[in-house]
Amino acid sequence: MAIKSLEDLRKIKAQANQDTEARHNNETQIIIGMGTCGIAAGARNVMTAVLEELQKRNLHNVAVLQTGCIGMCQKEPLLDVVRPGEDRVTYGPVTPTDVPRIIAEHLVNGNVVEDLVVAKISNKA
Amino acid sequence: MVELATEAEWKQLDELLDSYRGKKGSVIPVLQQAQEIFGYLPKDVLLKISQEMNIPISQVFGIVTFYAQFHLEPRGKNIIRSCQGTACHVRGAKAVLKAIQNKLGLDDKNVTTSDLKFTVENVACIGACGLAPVFMVNDDTHGRLTPESVGPILDSYL
Amino acid sequence: MALVRAHVLICTGTGCTASGAKNVLARFEDELKAKSLDKEVSLVETGCHGFCEGGPLVIIYPEGTFYTRVQPEDVAEIVETHLLKGRIVERLLYKVPLSEEEVPTYEEIPFYKKQHRLVLKNCGHINPDSLEEYIGADGYEGLAKVLLEMTPQQVVEEMKKTGLRGRGGGGFPTGMKWMFCAASPGPKKYVICNADEGDPGAFMDRSLLEGDPHAILEGMAICGYAIGADEGYIYCRAEYPLAIRRLKGAIAQAEEAGLLGENILGTGFNFTLHIKEGAGAFVCGEETALMASIEGKRGMPRPRPPFPAVKGLWEKPSNINNVETFANIPYIFRVGAEKYAELGTEKSKGTKVFALTGKINNTGLAEVPMGITMREIIFEIGGGIIDNKKFKAVQIGGPSGGCLPDSLLDTAIDYDSLIAAGAMMGSGGLVVMDETTCMVDVAKFFLNFTQAESCGKCTPCREGTKRMLEMLTAITEGRGEKGDIEKLEKLAVSIRAGALCALGQTAPNPILSTLRYFRDEYEAHIFDKKCPAGVCTALLDYTITDGCKGCGLCKKVCPVDAISGELKGLHNIDQSKCIKCGACQEKCPFKAIVRA
Repeated sequence: MAIKSLEDLRKIKAQANQDTEARHNNETQIIIGMGTCGIAAGARNVMTAVLEELQKRNLHNVAVLQTGCIGMCQKEPLLDVVRPGEDRVTYGPVTPTDVPRIIAEHLVNGNVVEDLVVAKISNKA
Repeated sequence: MVELATEAEWKQLDELLDSYRGKKGSVIPVLQQAQEIFGYLPKDVLLKISQEMNIPISQVFGIVTFYAQFHLEPRGKNIIRSCQGTACHVRGAKAVLKAIQNKLGLDDKNVTTSDLKFTVENVACIGACGLAPVFMVNDDTHGRLTPESVGPILDSYL
Repeated sequence: MALVRAHVLICTGTGCTASGAKNVLARFEDELKAKSLDKEVSLVETGCHGFCEGGPLVIIYPEGTFYTRVQPEDVAEIVETHLLKGRIVERLLYKVPLSEEEVPTYEEIPFYKKQHRLVLKNCGHINPDSLEEYIGADGYEGLAKVLLEMTPQQVVEEMKKTGLRGRGGGGFPTGMKWMFCAASPGPKKYVICNADEGDPGAFMDRSLLEGDPHAILEGMAICGYAIGADEGYIYCRAEYPLAIRRLKGAIAQAEEAGLLGENILGTGFNFTLHIKEGAGAFVCGEETALMASIEGKRGMPRPRPPFPAVKGLWEKPSNINNVETFANIPYIFRVGAEKYAELGTEKSKGTKVFALTGKINNTGLAEVPMGITMREIIFEIGGGIIDNKKFKAVQIGGPSGGCLPDSLLDTAIDYDSLIAAGAMMGSGGLVVMDETTCMVDVAKFFLNFTQAESCGKCTPCREGTKRMLEMLTAITEGRGEKGDIEKLEKLAVSIRAGALCALGQTAPNPILSTLRYFRDEYEAHIFDKKCPAGVCTALLDYTITDGCKGCGLCKKVCPVDAISGELKGLHNIDQSKCIKCGACQEKCPFKAIVRA
């Protein structure tokens, strides 16, 4: 790696920021229920699918978080999508094959995938 | 019981001197690395450095005795640097030092065990004040010491 | 390849390593692999967070959870509960002393809340072995701006506008220093970084070198451009092996990337750096002594003038600044002098890193704006005194500094207020002392240090420190006489006026400041033959009170058979035999032995 100009420096900076983006505050989030029930229902595979899909689409500044059991065990695996300033939407049961659709339609384009929705939580509450 | 320097060690010294030949201000790094080779700086080594680098032996001796890092006597296999900095002092470094000395049968004058396993040195601050009192054994720093915790730590180096 | 969703940052600075961070790191590697999380969770080694008390420290992102005192056996639980299931392991969170309240993230810990981290911004947050991460954190932007947009004169002018003063102790304006060196004629000049951090109780330079080495290199390169130097030396203590290793790595990376070496960023500016390892002499922190040592001589100071800016290393004009000073430079040139000068007081700009140690709850590094009070640092950031004991004094500035009593806790700290109070900024070591610290013993401790480290070149320092130490030793051993205090004062003033370099000139400070604020303790030692804090063993008596149940434990443990008494009867210590080792007091289950 040789840095010969300001542009080179900025390029490396942009790449470095991508590599460390998990350490920044990201308002866009995907939250996966990883309680005992969630893991039993296959949440681990959903998580892997999410990470692969984000990578494939080269999406950045999305925090992938986990949460514990929220008491809707029959709907596990649960997956929440949070977009800045919008309601938090809970999907379930989610299979790895649903993941590309949720990411494409909701996360990227902002259209809630209604047929998979379990609940919506207003962010104004 | 002074172990005589080996041929391999002398050869390393030759290589070291060659690598610094003609570089200005290199006597301290040469002495540092020579000490790493021999464990200390025997008289013959100093004479050789003086000759090869064309520096009077008096001047080499002056440098060696000025800096705390250089040693004219053989030293133990494990070097214990007992921190006596301010933070360690107010948190009981003296008692820790006493415990080390008691354990190894040493005192302020006798700093190397007769089997050449340990040498105990006092140093002023190794910069780990947050964990005071501390000591280093070779390159490992051990912190939050008490007189009781010293024994097991030293045993682990035997 | 899957996206990395979480980062585990493990501090492997000297402090955390001493507390076992390497084992924690190894365990994380194993556990992540075992749980097949090693692709989506990345492990990062970082430098020092300055919160060594809580080490080994582990931070987990994206949540930013701050775990303290993590042991290898905790790792499996963190991986399972936090990284897999997303629940915080509460028992490993930092707890506020006294209230026991758990604090989940870094920013909310009182220790960090009051701080203003400019210089330490990257320490603990980037991987110090990664040039990319440094660049990601705005690194080398200051250098690029300077080389591409400014003339050397403009750089010097900008530095003067910041009002930055040398962080190594003296507090000389950095911009002026650069101006003098830039004005010296000659094609060959040197930039030198003083990393011979020798003040006992100070470790901010070590943390910076270990945690953010590129910042020092960038600062030095900017300085080189400003003064017209193409070569620099970092003089680092051999006692800091990790710092030296990180610096060597950083220099190699910067050279490979073309950020050091020839024709940097295509501007025609050349700058190379070397590391010199110190060989263990405190006086080499003095600039002329340091340069003598780089040249391979005995590290002894010489009279100034000529100043290094005119005649320095190898007789060439040289500019020498301390590590923390250089660490300020990249930030300054990124944001500009005006913004920088908004922080701090009228005559002391910016922030200062203090090393908080001694009898304080939160030991570690605190970077605060100049002008903050000592009370805020000790009680809000430092969390107060251990075991709720009474604050007695804070020693600031190492062996060159002084002790300040509680009446000065509300003084705004800057270079000038500290000198007025009889102390000095020094390198910023703050050693907090409580009621169990004897101030005469502290003065003796520092004199012991300066006397041992005196290079012996000038008489006032060589002989004077020895005499002062003898007098202090006599006082702490009960051999003090009327008139000793006056003699000490007179000698101290003469040494301050007569010594060649700062080591000697400031050596009397610990005595003068303790005499100024704690004279009664000296008097108690000399006239009453008592040590009020109960430290000076020669002045202590151990006695057995009525609380004695006659168990006989003390009698058994006494190494000199000074204790007599019947089983179940009151015991007694023969003062003529007692060697004051304190073993009996430690052993007594009824706390019936008192020291006075």
